[in-house]
Amino acid sequence: MTDITAISAEATPPQKTKLQLALRKPGFLIGTFIIGVSSLLALMPGVFAPLDPNFIDYNAVKQPPSWAHPFGTDMLGRDSLSRVIHAYSVNMQMAILATIFALIIGVVVGALVGFYRGIADMIFGRLVDAIITFPFLVLVIAVVAVLGPGLVNMYIAITLVGWVYYARLMRAEVIAQMGNDYASAGVVMGYSDSRIIFRHLLPNAITPVIVYWMTDMALAILLGSSLGYLGLGAQPPQAEWGVLIAEGRNFITTAWWLSLMPGIAIVLTGLGFSLVGDGLADLLRPRG
Amino acid sequence: MASIQYILKRLALMVPTFILVMIIIFLLVRFLPGDPAVAIAGDRASDADLEAIRERLGLNEPMLVQFWLFVTNTLQGDLGRSILMRTPVTDVIFERLPTTAFLTVYAVVLSLLIAGPLAFVAALNRGKWPDAVIRTVFQVGLSMPVFYIGLILLTFLAARLHWFPVGGYGDTFGARLYHLFLPSVTVALYTSAIIMRNLRSAIIEVLDAEYVQFARAKGLPNRLILGRHVLRNALISTVTLLGLSIGGLMSGTLVTETVFAVPGVGRLMLEAIFARDYPLIQGLTLTFAVLVSVVFLLTDLFQSSLDPRMRLS
Amino acid sequence: MTNDMPILEVRDLCTTFSRGGVALPAVRDVSFNVGKGEVLGLVGESGSGKSVTLRSILGLSRRYGDVTGDVRWMGQDISRMPERKLRQIRGRDIAMIFQEPMTSLNPLLTVGMQLTETLKAHTDLGRAARRDRAIEMLDHVGIPSAASRLEEYPHQFSGGMRQRVMIAIALAANPKLLLADEPTTALDVTIQAQILDLILSLADELHMGVILVTHDLGVVAQTCENVAVMYAGRIVEQGSVRQVLRTPRHPYTVGLMRSVPQDVPPRTQLYSVPGTPPSLEALPAGCAFAPRCQNQTEACLSARPTLETISEGRAAACFNPMAIAQGEVA
Repeated sequence: MTDITAISAEATPPQKTKLQLALRKPGFLIGTFIIGVSSLLALMPGVFAPLDPNFIDYNAVKQPPSWAHPFGTDMLGRDSLSRVIHAYSVNMQMAILATIFALIIGVVVGALVGFYRGIADMIFGRLVDAIITFPFLVLVIAVVAVLGPGLVNMYIAITLVGWVYYARLMRAEVIAQMGNDYASAGVVMGYSDSRIIFRHLLPNAITPVIVYWMTDMALAILLGSSLGYLGLGAQPPQAEWGVLIAEGRNFITTAWWLSLMPGIAIVLTGLGFSLVGDGLADLLRPRG
Repeated sequence: MASIQYILKRLALMVPTFILVMIIIFLLVRFLPGDPAVAIAGDRASDADLEAIRERLGLNEPMLVQFWLFVTNTLQGDLGRSILMRTPVTDVIFERLPTTAFLTVYAVVLSLLIAGPLAFVAALNRGKWPDAVIRTVFQVGLSMPVFYIGLILLTFLAARLHWFPVGGYGDTFGARLYHLFLPSVTVALYTSAIIMRNLRSAIIEVLDAEYVQFARAKGLPNRLILGRHVLRNALISTVTLLGLSIGGLMSGTLVTETVFAVPGVGRLMLEAIFARDYPLIQGLTLTFAVLVSVVFLLTDLFQSSLDPRMRLS
Repeated sequence: MTNDMPILEVRDLCTTFSRGGVALPAVRDVSFNVGKGEVLGLVGESGSGKSVTLRSILGLSRRYGDVTGDVRWMGQDISRMPERKLRQIRGRDIAMIFQEPMTSLNPLLTVGMQLTETLKAHTDLGRAARRDRAIEMLDHVGIPSAASRLEEYPHQFSGGMRQRVMIAIALAANPKLLLADEPTTALDVTIQAQILDLILSLADELHMGVILVTHDLGVVAQTCENVAVMYAGRIVEQGSVRQVLRTPRHPYTVGLMRSVPQDVPPRTQLYSVPGTPPSLEALPAGCAFAPRCQNQTEACLSARPTLETISEGRAAACFNPMAIAQGEVA
C-alpha cells in the first residue's frame, strides 16, 4: 500500500493542530476532567466531604444510601461518602509516590546503561530477565513482607521492583536515539558524555517513558488498593479504597454499598489516568 | 518444529537468570525481620534449642556458604520445612499447585474465548460503533482491580442469586469447572481486556499488511483471507502477549484465590507472609519464578513452531 | 492502438481517503482504456495516485475510502459489483502484482500454498493437478528446481526470486489483464531488467494486457504502447508512447523525460523537476503543477486546466502546452 501510506504520511497535521485534535477527542477530555476533579478532591477532601470521615455514630450503623448519607454508613456509623472522598488523598498520592521514584531511577539507569553499554549493560540485562521472571505482585508482596505492611513500605516495595520496567524502556529508547545523527554529531563536537546524555538523548528518548508513566499511575492505584485490600498496604482506620472495600467485605450480603462505592472511585480514577495516557500517546507519538 | 539445539540454547540462557533469581530470593528471605530459629521453635524455646536449630539450618555459617547450601538443597528438591504446616515445603506446594494450575489454564481459555471473537468484531468494524462499544467496555474493565471484580461476582452471582458456589473447589473435573468458574471469570475479565486491546491492533495491522492486500487481489474468499492469512499472523502476537503477561495473570490469580478462598499457591503465599513462614515464602517465590520461566519457554517454542522465520535463527 | 474493443474502460475514477476528518483526493477523474494485449504505462512521482488507481480498479481501495466512477471489465461495470462477485474477477481475469516482494507474500505460508490457493479459488483442478500447475508456473517464471521449492517459505527466497514468485501467483489462473504496481522498484538494478523482460514476454505469450505503473519514463519508452502521465491524482497527459515522448505537451512530462539520463556525456548532473508534489490535503486552487512549472501564468494559479483531447487518443491538461516544432504532426 505504498501510495496509501504515502498519503497518510503527507496528511500528518502539524503540531499545533495535533494538540487541538487531541483536545477534540472525547476520551482525552473526559480523562482530563476526571483527573482534575480527583486532584481537587485529593487536595482538599475536607471542603467536599459532607461529614467527618472518622465521626462514629452508633445510632446510624450500616444504613443504606439515603439523602443524609448518599453512600450509606459503615459498621461504625461513619459516613461512607466522606470516607471515600477522604481516601482520594491517599489513593491519588499512590499514583505519584508509587511511580515517581521508579521513574527517576529507571530513567537515569536506563540512560546510563544504554549510553555506555558494556559490562554494566550485560548485568542490567540479566537483572531485568530475573525480575520479570517473578510475577510483579509476588515480588512486591515479598518485599512488603520483609519491610512490614504499611503505605511507605508499599511505596518502597513497588519502587524496588518497578524501576526496572522504566529502565528497560529508557535503555531501548536511548539506544534507538543513539543511531540518530544528532547524537553522533554531539560526540564529534566533543561534548561531554553527561551533556550528550542529559541535554540531547534524554529529552528525545523520554516520550515513551512519559506515556508509560500515565498507564503506570493507573496501575499504581489498582496495585495500591489491592495491597490495601490484602492488608499489606494502607492500614485501617485510614480511609483508603482497598481498605474500605476490605472493611465492607464482611457485611457484603447485608451492606453491599460499603464495598461497592469505593470500587467505583477506583474504576473512575483508573479510567481517568488511562484515558489521559492514551490521549498523550496519540499526541506525543512522532507520526500521526 | 523447534530444533533440539534451539531448546538447549534457550535453556542455557536461563542459567544466569536463575542464578540471579536465587540470589534475589536468598537475600529477600535473609532480610525478613525476626530470627528464623525463634519462628521455628517458638518464643519459649531454650537458647540451646535455638542454637541447635541455627546449627541445623546452617544459619551460623557465612553468607556465601548459606547461599551454597540453599542452592544445593533446592537442586535436590529440598526447600526446607514449612513452619506453618510443619511439613516439607515441597509437599505443601505440590498439594496446592494443581488447583492454581487449573485456575490459570481455565482463565486463559476463558480470556481467549472472550477476547478473540470480540477483537475480530472490533477490528473488522474499526471506527464504527461496535468497535467503540467493545473498546469502551474493555477500557473500563482494565480500570477494575481484580479483587473488586471478584467481590462483585461473588456477591451478586454467588451470594445473592446462588448461581454459583461461594467457596470450595470440587472433587471431579466437572465440579471443578463449576466451582472455579467465577474465580476464572474474574481473572479472565482482566486478562481479556489486555488481550483484546492488543489482538485488535494486531488484526488491524495484519488486515492492512501488503500480503493480505495481495491475498485479496488474488480473489480469495473472505473466510480464507481471515482464517488463513489474518488469524495465523494475529495468533502469533496473541500467544506472545499471553506468554509475556503470565506474570500479571499469576498476580491476578493470587488475589482471586484470596477473594474466593480457593486453596491454591496464591492464597498460600499470603498465608505464608502473614505467618512469616520464611521457608514457605522462599519456596513459593521460587515456584512462581519457575512457572513463569516455563511459560516463557513454551511461548518461545510455540512461536518458533508457528513462524518459519524463527526456525532457522 | 488496438482496433478491438477495449477489455478495460475506466471512466471518471475518483478515490478519496479521509484522515483525521480531512478529505484526501488521491485519484481524480481518471479515464483510460486498455485493449487486448496492450501494455499501458502509468507514470508519475510517488504519491501521484498511480497505485491507488490500480487498487481502485480491483476494488481494493473500497475499505479505505470512497471510490466513484465507472470501471468496465469486458463491458460489465465492476466498480459497484459486490465483493463476492468481484472476487471471481480478481485473480482470474485481472491479476495484480505489488511493489514490495518482501512484504507482499505471507511470511507464515509456504510458497506452494500461496500459489495453489489461487488455483483452488479459480480453477477446478484437483490437488495433484494444482501442484503440477504450481511447479509449471514457478518453472515458467525462471525459478530453478521449482518442485523442491514449493515447500519453502518466502524468507528463503531473494527479493528478485520473490518477485518471480509473485508473478507466478498472479499469472497462475491465466488472467487477461495484469496490473503491475512498480514491480521492479524494490529490486536491484541488475534484476530490474530481468523482471521487466519476464513480465513483457509472458504478456506477449499469453496475449495479456498490462498496466505498468512506474516512475521511470525510460521504462515506459522501452515497454509500453500507450502512456498516461499522472500528477497529484489526475492524468495530465496521455497518448501513444511514440507521440508523447516525441512531442510532449505538458511541462511535467518534459520534466520527467529530462530526468531520464540518455545520450548525455558522463558527469552531467541528473535533472530533476524542481520542488516537490503538493500535499493532497492542500492542493492549490489552479493547476496542481503550477508552483513547479516553468510555463506558469496568472491563469494557471486561478483555474485548473481540463484534460483536452488533441487528437485521437491523445490529450493533455495544460493552458500553456509545450510548443510543437514546425512540421510535426500531433
